Amino acid sequence: MRKLIFVTGLLCTMLFLSPALRAADAAPAAERSIQERLDDLEAYVNNGARNGDTNSVTKVAGPGPGHNAWMMASSALVLFMTLPGLALFYGGLVRRKNVLSVLAQCLGIAGLVTILWYLVGYSLVFHSGGTARGWSFLGTLDWAFLKGVDSMPNADYGGWVSHNVYAMYQMMFAIITPALIVGAIAERMKFSAILLFVTLWMLIVYFPLAHMVWGVDGMMSGVGNAKAPIHAIDFAGGTVVHMSSGWSALILCLILGKRLGFGREPMPPHNMVLCMVGTGMLWVGWYGFNAGSAVAADVIAANAFMTTTLATAVASFVWAMAEYITRGKPSILGFCSGAVAGLVVITPACGFVTADGAVLIGIAAGLIPYFACWKIKSMFGYDDALDTFGVHAVGGTLGAFLTGMLARNAANANLSANLKAYVKDSVFQPLVFEQLKAIAVTLALAVVGTFIIAYVVKATVGLRVSREVESSGLDLAEHGEEGYHAEGQL
Amino acid sequence: MKKIEAIIKPFKLEEVKDALGEIGIEGMTVTEVKGFGRQKGHTEIYRGSEYTVDFLPKIKIEIVIPDDKLDEAVEAIVKTAKTGKIGDGKVFVSTIDEAVRIRTEEKGVAAV
Repeated sequence: MRKLIFVTGLLCTMLFLSPALRAADAAPAAERSIQERLDDLEAYVNNGARNGDTNSVTKVAGPGPGHNAWMMASSALVLFMTLPGLALFYGGLVRRKNVLSVLAQCLGIAGLVTILWYLVGYSLVFHSGGTARGWSFLGTLDWAFLKGVDSMPNADYGGWVSHNVYAMYQMMFAIITPALIVGAIAERMKFSAILLFVTLWMLIVYFPLAHMVWGVDGMMSGVGNAKAPIHAIDFAGGTVVHMSSGWSALILCLILGKRLGFGREPMPPHNMVLCMVGTGMLWVGWYGFNAGSAVAADVIAANAFMTTTLATAVASFVWAMAEYITRGKPSILGFCSGAVAGLVVITPACGFVTADGAVLIGIAAGLIPYFACWKIKSMFGYDDALDTFGVHAVGGTLGAFLTGMLARNAANANLSANLKAYVKDSVFQPLVFEQLKAIAVTLALAVVGTFIIAYVVKATVGLRVSREVESSGLDLAEHGEEGYHAEGQL
Repeated sequence: MKKIEAIIKPFKLEEVKDALGEIGIEGMTVTEVKGFGRQKGHTEIYRGSEYTVDFLPKIKIEIVIPDDKLDEAVEAIVKTAKTGKIGDGKVFVSTIDEAVRIRTEEKGVAAV
C-alpha cells in the first residue's frame, strides 16, 4: 500500500513537472533586439505589420491603444446611426400613429441581429471558407458563439485592433443594414413578419454577401484577396449595406403592397424636426462607418473622413438647390435626403478616392437619387414609403459604379498591390468592369433572396397587419403604446 | 347681449386683443382652429409626393358683450385684423339669451 502511494506521488510529480521539462527542451526565445522593438513601434504608428522575425517574440502582441480607441469610438458611432439616428430619420417621416412602430422595428432589429451575430453571424462572415481554391461564398462556423474571438488582434483584419472590437464594429453594420429596409415597408408590415424576415434575410443575403466582399477569402474582395475571381472594391459597404438593403426593400415593398389609401390620402411626414435631427445623427455616426472602415486611425481613415465630409455636404446642397430650381423651394427634406444620399454614394468610395472624386460623387449623389425619388417612383407607382429604394438602392449602385471610375492610387496605396492591373488612374480603368460584376452579384442575391424569403414569411406568419390595424395605426395595435397623446389630454 | 365670433389670421391675435382691450372688453376665449374659405389650402411636397392641405390654421376669438359695445368691437376687430389679402377671416355676430358668472351667480350683462 505504501509502495502504491509512493508510485502515485511520483507520477503526479512528473505530470506537474512535465510542461516545465518540455519547455526546457525547446530553444529559448531570443530577447528582441532594440531594432526589432523599434520596428514594432513604428509598425504601430504606421499601422503596418509587426517585425516578422520569428526567432524572438514581440513585446507588443496586443492591440495598439490609438487604433483600438478609434475603433471602439467608431463602433459606438455606427450604432448611433441606427439608435437613434435612423430611427428618428424614419420616425419623423411616418404619420404620427406609426412613429413608435418604426422605433420598435429599429430596436427589435438591434437585439435580434446581435443574437444572430453572436451565434453564427460573425463566423459566417469573417472566418475563412477554408477552400483550397482560395475564395469562398461563406465562412465556416469556427468562430460561432464568438469562440476564440478575444481582445488580441487578428492580423487578417486589423493588426492593431482587438478581434472582439472588430467583431462588434462589424456587428453595427449588420444591425443598420436590415434596419434600412424598414423605410420601404413602414406603416403596414406586421412586427412578427419583420422579425422572421430579418432573421432569414441575414442568413441568406447579408452574411454571404458580407463574406464575399469583406471576408479574408471573399469572392469579391479585390483589395484583400489576390485569388478573388471578382476584383471589386467596397470600402465601407456600398454593395453589402446599401445596394443589398435598397434592392431588397423594393422587392419586399412590391410583394407587401401599397399602404391603404396610397395616392388618394395625404401621407405627409408627421415631424420634419425629428427627421432633421435623425439626419444629423446619421451624418455624424457615418464618420465611424466610413473612416472607421480603415480599421485603424491611419492615413486611409483620414482620407475617408475628408471625402465623406465633402461628398455629403455637396450632395445635401445640390439636392436642395435642384429643388430650388425645379420647384421654387428648397425643402428641409431635400437637404436631409441629399445628405443621406451623399453618405450612401461615398460609402464604397470613401477610402479609395481623392477630394476631386468626392466632390464629383457629391454632385451625382445630389442629382440622381433626387430624380429617382421624384420621377421614377411616380412613374411606376410602387409604395416605397420612405424612399429606401430611391436613396439606398439607387445611391448604393451609383456609388459602387463611381468607385470603379474614381478610385485612385494616390488615395490608397493598397490599390497598387493586388489591384495593380485594375486601377490605372483613369475613368475607364478595368476596375469599372469588376465593379459591374460585383453589382450584378449583389443585385441577383438581394432580389432572388428577398423574393423567396418574402413568400416564405407571407405563407407562414403573413406580411401585413389587418386593414383595421393599419388605419388606426401600428403603435397602439402592435405595441400597446402611443407616441403622442391627444391635444388637451392631461 | 351679443356674441362675436371672429376667425382671424393667427399673427393678428396680439393686435386684435390689444384693440379690444382699449375699448374696454375685459375677457375673451381664444381657440386654435383649422378651416378654409375662399383662400383654399396650400400644396406641400415631400420628395416625390405632393399633398394639398385644405385646412389652414386660424385663430377663433369669442367674446360676449353688451349690445351697445357691438359696433365698436366689430370695428376694432375688422380694422386690426385686416391685411387686405385673401384669408383675413370673418366676423359672426349672434344674440345671447343669458349669461351667469359662476362665482357670484350674477346674471345678464353684469356677468359678462
